[in-house]
Amino acid sequence: MAEPWFGFPIKPVDASTTASSVDHLYYFLTALTLFFTFFIFMTIFYFMVKYRRRGPGEKPKGTPTPLALEITWTVIPSILCAFVFTWSSSLYFRNSRPPNASMEVFVVGKQWMWHLQHPEGPREINELHVPVGVPVKLTMTSEDVIHDFSIPVFRIKHDVIPGRYASIWFQATKTGTYHFFCAQYCGAEHSGMIGWVYVMTPTDYANWLSGGGKNESMAQAGERLFTQLGCITCHVSDGTGRGPVLQGLFGHPVKLRSGETRVVDETYVRQAIVNPNSMPLPNYTPIMPTFQGQINEEQVLQLIAYVKSLGTEEKGKGK
Amino acid sequence: MSTAVLEAPAESRVHYLNSNYGIKSWLLTTDHKRIALLYLGSITFMFFIGGAAAVLIRLHLIEPTGALVQPATYNKLFTIHGVVMIFFFLIPSIPAVLGNFLVPMMVGARDLAFPRINLLSWYLYVIGAGLTLYAILTGGVDTGWTFYTPYSSTYAHTQVIATALGVFIAGFSSILTGLNFIVTIHKMRAPGLTWFRMPLFLWAMYATSIIQILGTPVLAITIVLLAAERLLHVGIFDPAIGGDPILFQHLFWFYSHPAVYIMILPGMGVISEIVACFSRKRVFGYSMVAYSSMAIAVLSFLVWGHHMFVTGQSVYAGLIFSVLSFMVAIPSAIKVFNWTATLYKGSISYEAPMLYALGFIGLFTMGGLTGLFLASLATDVHLTGTYFIVAHFHYIMVGGAVMAYLGGIHFWWPKITGRMYPDGWARFAALIIFVGFNLTFFPQFVLGYLGMPRRYAVYPAEFQVLNVMSSAGASILGIGYLIPLIYMIWSIRYGPVAGPNPWGAKGLEWETPSPPPTENFEETPVVTEEAYAYAESESAHG
Repeated sequence: MAEPWFGFPIKPVDASTTASSVDHLYYFLTALTLFFTFFIFMTIFYFMVKYRRRGPGEKPKGTPTPLALEITWTVIPSILCAFVFTWSSSLYFRNSRPPNASMEVFVVGKQWMWHLQHPEGPREINELHVPVGVPVKLTMTSEDVIHDFSIPVFRIKHDVIPGRYASIWFQATKTGTYHFFCAQYCGAEHSGMIGWVYVMTPTDYANWLSGGGKNESMAQAGERLFTQLGCITCHVSDGTGRGPVLQGLFGHPVKLRSGETRVVDETYVRQAIVNPNSMPLPNYTPIMPTFQGQINEEQVLQLIAYVKSLGTEEKGKGK
Repeated sequence: MSTAVLEAPAESRVHYLNSNYGIKSWLLTTDHKRIALLYLGSITFMFFIGGAAAVLIRLHLIEPTGALVQPATYNKLFTIHGVVMIFFFLIPSIPAVLGNFLVPMMVGARDLAFPRINLLSWYLYVIGAGLTLYAILTGGVDTGWTFYTPYSSTYAHTQVIATALGVFIAGFSSILTGLNFIVTIHKMRAPGLTWFRMPLFLWAMYATSIIQILGTPVLAITIVLLAAERLLHVGIFDPAIGGDPILFQHLFWFYSHPAVYIMILPGMGVISEIVACFSRKRVFGYSMVAYSSMAIAVLSFLVWGHHMFVTGQSVYAGLIFSVLSFMVAIPSAIKVFNWTATLYKGSISYEAPMLYALGFIGLFTMGGLTGLFLASLATDVHLTGTYFIVAHFHYIMVGGAVMAYLGGIHFWWPKITGRMYPDGWARFAALIIFVGFNLTFFPQFVLGYLGMPRRYAVYPAEFQVLNVMSSAGASILGIGYLIPLIYMIWSIRYGPVAGPNPWGAKGLEWETPSPPPTENFEETPVVTEEAYAYAESESAHG
């Protein structure tokens, strides 16, 4: 997966829309490093030879320290740093948000494997199938310790942290099979926590999605859980239950008893499931039990997918 | 040296080494010079423990499937290597050995401000090191030197508490050393030794001490919180019991990034001394170099977030930490330019200390410049957590700090022991270390950009060639470190007598016999000129 340079690997394949722009910055920084290293080495060698001691007791003349020189070699590196900072930050900033039309995949890290789940239903372990040319957003969390999802050919990586959702995105540009790694030390089999990204043509991807028989989508799995766990007894759609109505809730602001207003997103729903007492609502008695330890992170994600499927529009009651 | 040999043998004179004999005279000494030697012995021992772990790591990585040990054992090896090298070698190295020996001599004092506290600090170090060795012998620890939670607080089944307690205790040793240096430099300078006549080594020690005093308590607090969670299950860092794992990283790096400067600033001080002496010039831009040490000390506390660009901290926090990280590069660049310019129109000679110093400048330059890749957000996302990080900090910590430490040991060895080591062997070792170092760590930059994560016990076969190169380099580097150990020990007994000032160096420590008398100076010295008055008609300003 490396691109050889005179038969020697020096950089990974660039297989995402951001990879080559990161490479350009990397080349510039490498050139800067080589230039200054060469400059310092050559100057030292030149002085070493030219001003070598020619006899014992030799006493050189003092040289004054011109202020202009000190200012010059303070200002030039400062300008170069400001330039690199601007370049790199704008690149980072541009890539920090996934496009709205991104396809979603959910990632759960646990010691020592990756569980991946597509909204349409297919689940994978240590493998990620994605179509080429489509922005893909990964929403990630961990079942235990901190992991890190790293795909070198896409030049992206992000920590996968227990108790919260993190997301990164990429748009693959080349079909192929590439490594992904856990890049945050997570215990004994850390180095075994690696897998493969399969970048496929959209047709192949569609075939892959529909292959393997009838899949239950994440939202359907969530609905099943919703009934099994008894959530349905309180969260009744007509508003007569002991819990708030979930229809049309996702994406909307909610005022908490503390007076804080929060938008219902993945993090909000997760917290409401695993630790409901940390966020009591006005007009409701905080009687919901915690589901922490009862269900795993993948099931939490399915429940979230179900809540999401209940619509984001106020008027869109029901499905 | 030919004249030095003709001098009266050192044994006929009473000095700090022969004024007293017996174990007690060492273990209960309050003489800063003897304490420096106690430290020298202990940190050298720890260096070879950490080094042995490194040798095993590099041997293991020759094969993609791991040539030597199980992954769990490999994890313990890199943890031992990191913990021992950082907390028990690099942090105490130059301050506790050379600083202890030289700070009182450079200020023209008889001892440090608090000699008994100085001895206490060595005992704390020994207790901390002992606990850590105990942890290694009773099963080891596998959290990495960074002790990231919740792995360290909830999931690891190894000796986390014993190791962390060892680090905690050794931290107090570091605080006490810093305290001693600050008070000594403020209150005990000889008449005429104004701040801007001080050798730059003192400026560097002063800046380092400030970081030690302000930063280390935060490490202590972090370790206490970690212990509270691991032992008492108080939810601080583990989200399963209501904690925040990222909080640990903020606290940890608030100490541990400044700690990088605890390790490198003293080295910069050493390099200023050596470059000035062997080019017979005053350090170019003396006051800029002094100020840059202080600027580094201040800025070092404001850049910890650059270790956390991929943890999900806000984009804006990332931008601020990025710009501050670029800013801390500037004072380091200023130092490199000034050292280089010091050579200009000098009278340069190439004894071993100078070779180490020049090696330092080259490797530190590369280490510093590769730091820019990590200060810049877009490239850091790809590089963090990979071998690029490993390569970068080894260029600073080994190429920089260890080269400077060895340069300093070679420079002041005749002062410390009164004997010369064989200069030919010393130059040869410097060359071997330089070559071995680059062969070990340069391939790791490439490995990192290719995406190989650090702390991997097994790895995909595509990374093997570069790993084998790195391991080959490490074997050369290992030999390079053994050679000085041999000739230095040899020189104590068989080395030619050095005389008070074999290098023709300036500075108060060279105006007293070698080895110095217990009281350092027969009478309090008076300073009448600026530091590094080597050259003729030295310009008065700068």
